[in-house]
Amino acid sequence: MIRDFGIVWSERGLLLNGLANTAILSTLSAVAALLLGFMVTPALMSKRPGISGAARVFVDGMRCVPFLLFAYIVYYGLPSLGLRFDNWTSGLAALTIYNAAYMGEILRGAWAAQPREPIEAGVAFGFSDFRLFRRIILPPLLLSAGPVIGNQMIQIIKDSAFLTIIALPELTHAASSIQSRHYIPFAAFITAVFLYWALCLVIEAGVSSIGRVAEARR
Amino acid sequence: MNGGDIAAIFQGAIVTVALSLVGIVIGLPIGLGLALIRWANVPIAARIVALYVSVLRATPLVTLLLLLFFALPNIGVPMTPISAAILGLVMNTSAFNCEVWRSALMNFPRDQYEAAQSVGMRAGQRFRRIVLPQIVRVSLPGLVNEMSLLIKVTPVLAVVGVVDITRAAVRIGAQTYEPLPPFLVAVALYAPIVFALVSLQRWIERRQLAAEALA
Repeated sequence: MIRDFGIVWSERGLLLNGLANTAILSTLSAVAALLLGFMVTPALMSKRPGISGAARVFVDGMRCVPFLLFAYIVYYGLPSLGLRFDNWTSGLAALTIYNAAYMGEILRGAWAAQPREPIEAGVAFGFSDFRLFRRIILPPLLLSAGPVIGNQMIQIIKDSAFLTIIALPELTHAASSIQSRHYIPFAAFITAVFLYWALCLVIEAGVSSIGRVAEARR
Repeated sequence: MNGGDIAAIFQGAIVTVALSLVGIVIGLPIGLGLALIRWANVPIAARIVALYVSVLRATPLVTLLLLLFFALPNIGVPMTPISAAILGLVMNTSAFNCEVWRSALMNFPRDQYEAAQSVGMRAGQRFRRIVLPQIVRVSLPGLVNEMSLLIKVTPVLAVVGVVDITRAAVRIGAQTYEPLPPFLVAVALYAPIVFALVSLQRWIERRQLAAEALA
């Protein structure tokens, strides 16, 4: 058993590379999904039924489709429509678009729960739309949605593991290749599990520090 | 893609639904048990449960499944794709259910519990008659949400060789060199199942809100 972990240690380069890829993939798509979410949210709350209906279909559609199947469709299905991407592009695109729907819904919920008064006061003070959003709406929105966005980021990290099926060299893929090369399944995969756990603990620590900031501002 | 292929994907759907149901039925009481261990603060065991839940909630199901499927036979536990799938789903969902149950238990009003004690109910009776009916109601939306999440991760079972909707669709795509149609059939099967659960959750939440507004 100790010897198995020794082998994992000797392959640490591969594993750390996988960990780095998982972290990069998750961070990039979390940021992109959040930005896209900020475009989905106003569409969801739009007064025009056409726009809000389309946004609702997108969000509910994504929430009803398993991520793995979505990744399969983007990577294997789209080429038959003439759209061919490499595994990084399709993995990143799938992860981003899928989670943009969730982020949009999370932000909508947080937005709807915000008190109206500061926004109306901002309007009365003559803030332009953009400045109103950036100075008055955004800060409390991000602080109150922080924990849920954190949960979604953990979900993104876990979803990124599915991308091993399109041969993206992330953490689970690295563990699989160590296991198939040396046949040490327990040591290889349990190490991966603990690395995922460490990533999630980092995010949880980040979320609770945001929570402290929110508490201090109150 | 012909009629036989569509029938094969439907057969996969039966496997997906059956395994999800088994996971839910076994995972629910185990989650409750784990939550009770933490709630009652059983020495050592509560710590272990907290660690288990924290690790399991952070572990992608693919990684967990690969671990179970390849490592358990090494220590003499025979594993078929189906048994690895059930074990993985139960471990995964019980950790999430534990958190849902636990937050309901934490918010349970202490005075009711003490009132039950004061009329001389035994611990088992207190739990069955006073605590359980109320925490079931509070936990229900969270548990249904967890069920829809569970169904959404089941395509991963295909990775260890369970022939579910996803694996059936992948196989047909590989045979016909036309992967898109079988995937769309698969989406058409998953979406209503998940949508039904999501709608159920919203309906329960609305009904509970209405009941609270009346009270």
